[in-house]
Amino acid sequence: MAKVLMKGNEAIGEAAVLAGCRYYFGYPITPQSELPAYLSKRLPQVDGVFVQAESEVAAINMVYGAGSAGARVMTSSSSPGISLKQEGISYIAGAEVPCLIVNVVRGGPGLGNIAPAQSDYWQATRGGGHGDYRTLVLAPNSVQEMADMTIEGFELADRFRNPVLLLSDGVLGQMMEPVNLPEPRDYDVNSKKWALGYPGKDKAERNLCSSIFLDVEELEEHNWHLYQKYQVMTDLFSEGQYKDFAVEEHLCDDAEIILVGYGIISRILKTVVEKCRKRGIKAGLLRPKVLWPFPTKAIQRLADKAANFLCVEMSCGQMVEDVKLAVNGKKPVYFFGRTGGTIPSDFEILNEVDKIVRPD
Amino acid sequence: MRKETEEIIMAGFGGQGILFLGKVLAEVGLASGSKVSWIPSYGPEMRGGTANCSVVISQHEIASPIVLEPDTLIAMNRPSVTRFEPKVKAGGTMIYNSSLIDVKDFRKDIRAFAVPASQMAIEMGNDKVANVIMAGAYAKLSGLFNYDQVISAFPNFMPSSKKELLDININAFKKGYEYAATLN
Repeated sequence: MAKVLMKGNEAIGEAAVLAGCRYYFGYPITPQSELPAYLSKRLPQVDGVFVQAESEVAAINMVYGAGSAGARVMTSSSSPGISLKQEGISYIAGAEVPCLIVNVVRGGPGLGNIAPAQSDYWQATRGGGHGDYRTLVLAPNSVQEMADMTIEGFELADRFRNPVLLLSDGVLGQMMEPVNLPEPRDYDVNSKKWALGYPGKDKAERNLCSSIFLDVEELEEHNWHLYQKYQVMTDLFSEGQYKDFAVEEHLCDDAEIILVGYGIISRILKTVVEKCRKRGIKAGLLRPKVLWPFPTKAIQRLADKAANFLCVEMSCGQMVEDVKLAVNGKKPVYFFGRTGGTIPSDFEILNEVDKIVRPD
Repeated sequence: MRKETEEIIMAGFGGQGILFLGKVLAEVGLASGSKVSWIPSYGPEMRGGTANCSVVISQHEIASPIVLEPDTLIAMNRPSVTRFEPKVKAGGTMIYNSSLIDVKDFRKDIRAFAVPASQMAIEMGNDKVANVIMAGAYAKLSGLFNYDQVISAFPNFMPSSKKELLDININAFKKGYEYAATLN
């Protein structure tokens, strides 16, 4: 199929339909409103359901319901709206219900503004909700990856029975790039044995999706079960099947300085790496494509070779803590960030690199 | 020879079709086999406010799609010149809507081309196509695209339900292209 020019927000919507998602519940907020707008038109064409809920809290609980019934289901919002969804996300993680949650991040805290930002990293990777839980966090850096990671996100959510968070930003949501849309996948809503209404031999199975465990011992057992699952996920993403999916390395082998950044920042860092190389500075780029489980091992390996790390974010410094934990004091880890919806320029990042590798 | 990478900023009043102008360039870039990206200014904006849009057209994979110093500025109104002319790369190009911009005194290190796009659009009987006239002028002056490929790409991004709009836009593009040919 020929490439089509699409906005990131729309690419997520079309990819969700192709992945077999037939249920969307959400509430509009800039800069992600093109996504619900797209699906409000598209889902009825494929006998799907689109509901603009009365609030973000209602929407995430509708997701909980549809996911429990075995459907591929999603919601989306931007930062303040994602904060409102946290209670529901915690319940969904506790009940082990798969779903896709999209955050097109904007400037915070509070109402903030509608410009692109990366200041929801902590909320995304540590869980803004309560309790011992984790969400799988994917970080696309192009419109193509907005589509690809949406489809992969549904697959991963089903495989691990876990909510998957697609962490994007205002630039990726608003920008248009050519996209190769994949073939549609068949998804059978009656394929999950644990789901409500799973057709048994004679009648539907009596299943229960719940996060309530009043008995102390039961909850402890459940939480260790979740922990084990998160360990399996961590292993698969750091050394196993998803190792290459989780991280992109660009010119890292001989690099004296490794630039670390995700999402739209990684695109700017690629330009910085090119400019550094032209000036004789051996720079490389490490881009986490999965933010939880964090690619700790990939960074550890580079910490034995490179001399310095520079982490760049559109925040006051959040992912840099994970980079420091991975480097574990072996090499200096520097940070450069812009916040409040400002996108750092390649010039100012280049200036930071100069300060580190050519201090005068 | 085709330029490896061309970074363009277009700017004007909200309602002048700035984002669509960018979309036309991105679509024809894509149809010509280039890599493209398109980023709108988005904000609490409205008709009569200002709008701008960044497009990158490249023969290589586009690393950063953020345009800070454009190779070309397409200025549809006076405030756009004030804001973006200082950012154009030395040796770069500005194409400006001379119907609405009466300045003549521009930077000496850039090439400035006057296209009376708003006037031409009115003469065509549709004042809304000044943006597409500018897209045509840009296509000629940049030399980035194959003319026939561009014209045949238009139906890809115009709603098929409105055939008359397609013809008007193709005509506007041709007008801009032909006008720019007289400027070289």
